[in-house]
Amino acid sequence: MKNYKNKSYKLSVFVVLLLTALIFVQCKDDDDNGNVIDVISCNDGIQNGDEDGIDCGGSMCSPCEDNQLNFDGNFVQEDVAGRPGVNTIFGITDLLKNNYNVSEVANRTIFQEDFQEVLENYYDIYAISLDIPVDELNYENNIFDWDAARFTTIMSNYDALQVAPNGPTTYYDATNNLVFTGRYLSDDVMGFTLTLMFGGADGIRFDGNNGTPQLTTDAVAPGDRDFTLSFPYLEVPLTLE
Amino acid sequence: MKKTKLLTIIGGFSLLLLSFIFMSLDHIDATNVAGTSSDIADFFAFEGDNPDNTVFVATIQGILAPGVVTENASFDENVLIEFNIDNTGDFIEDLVIQAIKRGDSIYFFGPVIPNRTGLESDVLTSAPNHIVQISTTEETFITNEDDMSFFAGPRRDPSYFDFNRFIDIANGDAAPEGFYPPGESTDFFVGLNVLAIAVEVPNSLLGNAPQHILESQGTISGLPPAYNVWVSTKRKE
Repeated sequence: MKNYKNKSYKLSVFVVLLLTALIFVQCKDDDDNGNVIDVISCNDGIQNGDEDGIDCGGSMCSPCEDNQLNFDGNFVQEDVAGRPGVNTIFGITDLLKNNYNVSEVANRTIFQEDFQEVLENYYDIYAISLDIPVDELNYENNIFDWDAARFTTIMSNYDALQVAPNGPTTYYDATNNLVFTGRYLSDDVMGFTLTLMFGGADGIRFDGNNGTPQLTTDAVAPGDRDFTLSFPYLEVPLTLE
Repeated sequence: MKKTKLLTIIGGFSLLLLSFIFMSLDHIDATNVAGTSSDIADFFAFEGDNPDNTVFVATIQGILAPGVVTENASFDENVLIEFNIDNTGDFIEDLVIQAIKRGDSIYFFGPVIPNRTGLESDVLTSAPNHIVQISTTEETFITNEDDMSFFAGPRRDPSYFDFNRFIDIANGDAAPEGFYPPGESTDFFVGLNVLAIAVEVPNSLLGNAPQHILESQGTISGLPPAYNVWVSTKRKE
């Protein structure tokens, strides 16, 4: 206890001395020890005068850098994404993909013809593997009765996610006859896109049964991902355990 | 089959082969953007836990292995990430929500009417803005302000697809079988992370939705009105 009091006394003396010392180091310029900060300078480590940031901008200092919250500049598109997989499935060449990435969403009519050709190319691959003349194995109207031109027009010219503010979100819900009203993290978007491409009118044309190639689904499920979380709805990153 | 036709097909086949080396959900994009800080991996838009809200999620810079690669991944101060909302049905953005990194945070602007549409933008600094500290692999930061929520940082990749088998299909190595049956398929993204940006906004800030595009273009009736939305990345010149 004595020791404690002793330490407490010493601490009090120290604090008093410290506070006394501080009285003499305030930055007022009405003292007579020479002005501490009389002239605003561009290297005093504070934002003063007409500076826009700390020691930058204003009439005296050099302009502020980006890290001083300058948002100026012209920003030019490098990538864009609407519906999942559209560019990668239908943008057959690197050149086409690059062009698609820097195109305006509202100005995509030039891509429709290429998309349709790519769609037919998939069928040609399987015609060859199945030893069927390529002219005899072609895209057939899908579950929405879209022919190749309409399908690829919707994929190219109108490539955005549709999201309904007053309707349930689904990429495709056959039961409730809903399509493209948004995209949940859990939606099997690739499976649905493959069904539109290879499923024909009944959606099961090339589903792997009856000797057909399995092209309407990749048979991959979300696995152990948790899609029930609240905002931001995404799981924390995986770590090395 | 005529030889010329066959050659044409083989040519097309080769193009497909080349193409699908860069594949899936935009995850692994074409050469000009692949592996850069502006490379979009995937995009989601859905009704929030609050049904009066819409959520926008963009994943970028996929694919990140857990550990050092994820810990070192960072947003680029020169890349503007833009959620675009068309509420009139012409596929031109009527509103944007912008996100850009400064320091250890992401600054969000909007939803706001852009002063330019299309391929070029400037940061709309006079719009309502919100700031969220960038989350780390260990700590999550969320900003909830003005009935909106904001997040930016590394997350587990939510996308799933048998990417490798798709390459096989394009190569002809999976013909005539196609994809693997359940149990034999492999989710390429199951063990990977991405950088993510997420925003939840009240629908009242997004205007009325236009007629669903598939009503007119897809000859499907009975669909609810729907915004057309997309995400873009734009680099400072």
